[in-house]
Amino acid sequence: MSAQKEQEHGAAVTAATPKALLVRGYEVVIGFETHAQLSTQSKIFSRASTAFGAAPNTQACAVDLALPGTLPVMNKGAVERAIRLGLAVNAHIADKSIFARKNYFYPDLPKGYQISQFEIPVVQGGDVQFMLDGEPRSVRLVRAHLEEDAGKSLHEDFIGQTGIDLNRAGTPLLEIVTEPDMRSSAEAVAYARALHGLVTWIGICDGNMQEGSFRCDANVSVRKPGAPLGTRREIKNLNSFKFMQQAMDYEVRWQIEQIEDGHAIEQATVLFDPATGETRAMRTKEDAADYRYFPDPDLPPLMIAQSWIDEVRAAMPELPQALRARLVSEHGLSEYDASILTQSKATAQYFLDAVAAGGQPKLLCNWITGELSRRLNQEELTIESSPIPPAKLAWLVKLIEIGTVSNNAAKTVFNTLWTRTTSGVANLVAPMAQLTATATVHNDAHKREILAIVEELGLGQMNDSSALEAIIADVVVANAKSVEEFRQGKDKAFNALVGQIMKASRGKANPAQVNELLRKKLA
Amino acid sequence: MTRPDTDLHDLSLVALAEQIRQRKVSAHETAQHFLARAKAHDALGAFVARDEAVTLAQARAADERLAKGSAGALEGVPLAHKDIFVTRDFASTAGSRMLHDYRSPFDATVVTRLAEQGAVTLGKLNCDEFAMGSANENSAVAAVGHDKPQPVRNPWNMDHIPGGSSGASAVAVAARLMPASTGTDTGGSIRQPASFCGVTGIKPTYGRASRYGMIAFASSLDQAGPMARSAEDCAVLLSHMCGPDLDRDSTSLDLPAEDYTRSLGDSLKGLRIGVPAEFFGAGVSDEVRAAVDAALAQYEKLGAVRVPVSLPRTELSIPVYYIIAPAEASSNLSRFDGVKFGHRAAQYTDLADMYRKTRSEGFGDEVKRRIMMGTYVLSHGYYDAYYLQAQKIRRMLSDDFQQAFQDCDVIAGPVAPSVAWRIGEKSEDPLANYLADIFTLPASLAGLPGMSVPAGFDAAGLPIGLQLIGNYLQESRLLNMAHQFQLTTDFHTRKPQGIRT
Repeated sequence: MSAQKEQEHGAAVTAATPKALLVRGYEVVIGFETHAQLSTQSKIFSRASTAFGAAPNTQACAVDLALPGTLPVMNKGAVERAIRLGLAVNAHIADKSIFARKNYFYPDLPKGYQISQFEIPVVQGGDVQFMLDGEPRSVRLVRAHLEEDAGKSLHEDFIGQTGIDLNRAGTPLLEIVTEPDMRSSAEAVAYARALHGLVTWIGICDGNMQEGSFRCDANVSVRKPGAPLGTRREIKNLNSFKFMQQAMDYEVRWQIEQIEDGHAIEQATVLFDPATGETRAMRTKEDAADYRYFPDPDLPPLMIAQSWIDEVRAAMPELPQALRARLVSEHGLSEYDASILTQSKATAQYFLDAVAAGGQPKLLCNWITGELSRRLNQEELTIESSPIPPAKLAWLVKLIEIGTVSNNAAKTVFNTLWTRTTSGVANLVAPMAQLTATATVHNDAHKREILAIVEELGLGQMNDSSALEAIIADVVVANAKSVEEFRQGKDKAFNALVGQIMKASRGKANPAQVNELLRKKLA
Repeated sequence: MTRPDTDLHDLSLVALAEQIRQRKVSAHETAQHFLARAKAHDALGAFVARDEAVTLAQARAADERLAKGSAGALEGVPLAHKDIFVTRDFASTAGSRMLHDYRSPFDATVVTRLAEQGAVTLGKLNCDEFAMGSANENSAVAAVGHDKPQPVRNPWNMDHIPGGSSGASAVAVAARLMPASTGTDTGGSIRQPASFCGVTGIKPTYGRASRYGMIAFASSLDQAGPMARSAEDCAVLLSHMCGPDLDRDSTSLDLPAEDYTRSLGDSLKGLRIGVPAEFFGAGVSDEVRAAVDAALAQYEKLGAVRVPVSLPRTELSIPVYYIIAPAEASSNLSRFDGVKFGHRAAQYTDLADMYRKTRSEGFGDEVKRRIMMGTYVLSHGYYDAYYLQAQKIRRMLSDDFQQAFQDCDVIAGPVAPSVAWRIGEKSEDPLANYLADIFTLPASLAGLPGMSVPAGFDAAGLPIGLQLIGNYLQESRLLNMAHQFQLTTDFHTRKPQGIRT
């Protein structure tokens, strides 16, 4: 893509610069190219399987091996996924796009050329929107094009020789290219996360970064504000958000140091080494190959009828942006909460299911983004496999809302529920999908289960005001000094008294009620 | 069993198929007869692979189906395939050292379709390396019965070339080593050798026959087609070679297969034959001109009328073709890199050295020449001036044909400016070879069906072919036109006298 990138980067008119996040007086300019592996069962031009992790060369058919006489045949599923992305980012979907051959020799490139869209890509323009530090941001896309992946060269497993595994050869990729719109590594990472969320949301990519399903290349340059774009270096194959940020930060520092030392930046492709935290050049512009692109005569132009686009549109899930707006308007969440919940489709779905089961939205949001996600992370579980299904969490939240348990006590209940479910103690261990499907039947069961735990652990909130008044009276007598300080205007003393009362009630008192009754008592 | 009256090898495909169907001769006997005949004629250098055991096993299977009454349309008919089609049962070399002994794990679609009709494969036929050549002097593979590569010989005069690249496919039919064969045509590779060897050959509309399993030379031009001694035999074979193959070839036309024999009885009354002035310019030999003229006069007797038409960009088809075909070839041949299959240099120091040595050793001069030309025209800074420009002119050439077809139903002219030249005469002069393709290139570039019909001989007894070009999907009209001509002429039935065995 070298020639084309040059064009894009050089000629781009950059978007209005956001509040400048200068690094040592330099403005950072970043553009992204992301290879999203499309979630088709078979390869883009053959019928071989795309499943990851098979023994080398067992998922490469005659077409993938480029045996003489073989020809590519387009996988419609890959095109359909490209259309989905185009719709999700509000792009133009070309009614006619062209596959070209990118010619170069490499042992893991069986045909000696890669089939990729060059001059006329299937998805043109569009933008990706996301939140950065509570502010909405938008990054413009140049294009997204379909192409096939190459195989893998295995240099480590053979001494003095290279092994070639062609299982990956022909895997469908969508290469998503942005304008150089990003002005900080944090913004670039936020973009990458948003794009990752989007491609998994619309189901076109499994998003597995370890397996290489979502790989980013960052084009980084720096300039003095107002100056023309600087020379960029491309950091290849960033496959974790953490390394992504480290790599860009290192690269920015390195470029600024070079310029400050009076050296010009030379256009190059670099790799990030997580072990050293540094980037190093792989090849410079002088080594750039002439890929001799030309339209692939084996593949007629890819034609996409409006009716196909309409069909795909009708089957699209609600997009994160639309859902975000709905969470704000219908469920009264803040923009921030809504954007957190819509980072993944599974999280959003969990929230919606819990709301549907009767939970209070704001409380649910706090619990999902707080206790639930903490525990899921700790146990390395996805939200889809959460031992606590949405309806159960909804009941827990409801019991907090009506004052049956305090928020703190609810945490104990939550952890008990979790432990019992995962250790098989609870009588209700069923996959979440099953539980949500029969939500009404189980809702009562959830309630009974939770109340039983509350009862068993003695966590019920003390809502009997006469019992509470008795405790308050005792505490006031026993803490005359604090009472005196409060009366002299020290708010801290009031809190100390509340603490004593909560302690005396063994955590069961309702804090709001304690507040109210104590103020009355001291008035 | 009653022996047929004539020698089996003098029978047409249709007649031989009938004899076998009526069980006057078994498929096994037929195969034995043709295998023996092939062996006796190995001096021609036509076969690059033969395997008696494989062929006879296929023949026995055909006989079993005949006995069971489940015979196909070509049951027991012996054929051989140009060595551009990959086959499981025989090595597939494309005439190249690069694929010396290469075995394909699958059959080409054309091979499969003919086998499904019961055809028995006698072996594989020599050709120019990767189908690049007009004389069949460029094969790097030693033919059966020979210990080193040598030019394929024309049965009418063995000191002459048979044409190319499907040279041996034409030779095998002319020498009666089989009733019909398969060939491929990229810029005239069926029509020109058919003309030079006095046989009938047709290249269908681009996309009509599947390219799956054809070792690619120039993807936007390559087409398979039959070669036989009559238009009727070609029509039968073509019917079973063509049809959609959408799961394997994206350029395959989504149209049902046709019976190309259906029009063979149609009258030619009122048929308008377009005669492009550009096909009769300087450079066309007097004897070729005279033979084509006589053929056109014969058509007038059959009720057709001559219409002058113009294909003004005929000359440009040479540079256009020799930009587009090498460009595609340079890319198509990149897969021959020594990594996965085919030749790999024995010794090398690193990856680049392995590539360099493998490809230097594996490819012949003509292939290297075209890879270099193709690489050049696709290079940064030259692409627009050469490749893109050539594509534009290619479109204009197609438009010229459509313009001409406003005034006529078919176009006729010579297949080549001359008869078959002597072996070695042009082998040191690639440009002279390229120029000889001038009349076959236009139909190839436009993707139109074209055919070669025997139409006479020069004073030395070398065959001359008449070319017929139809509009898209007009194969059955072309075949009938050739058939009507053959009903009233005998050029196609004459036997070559020049074979030394």
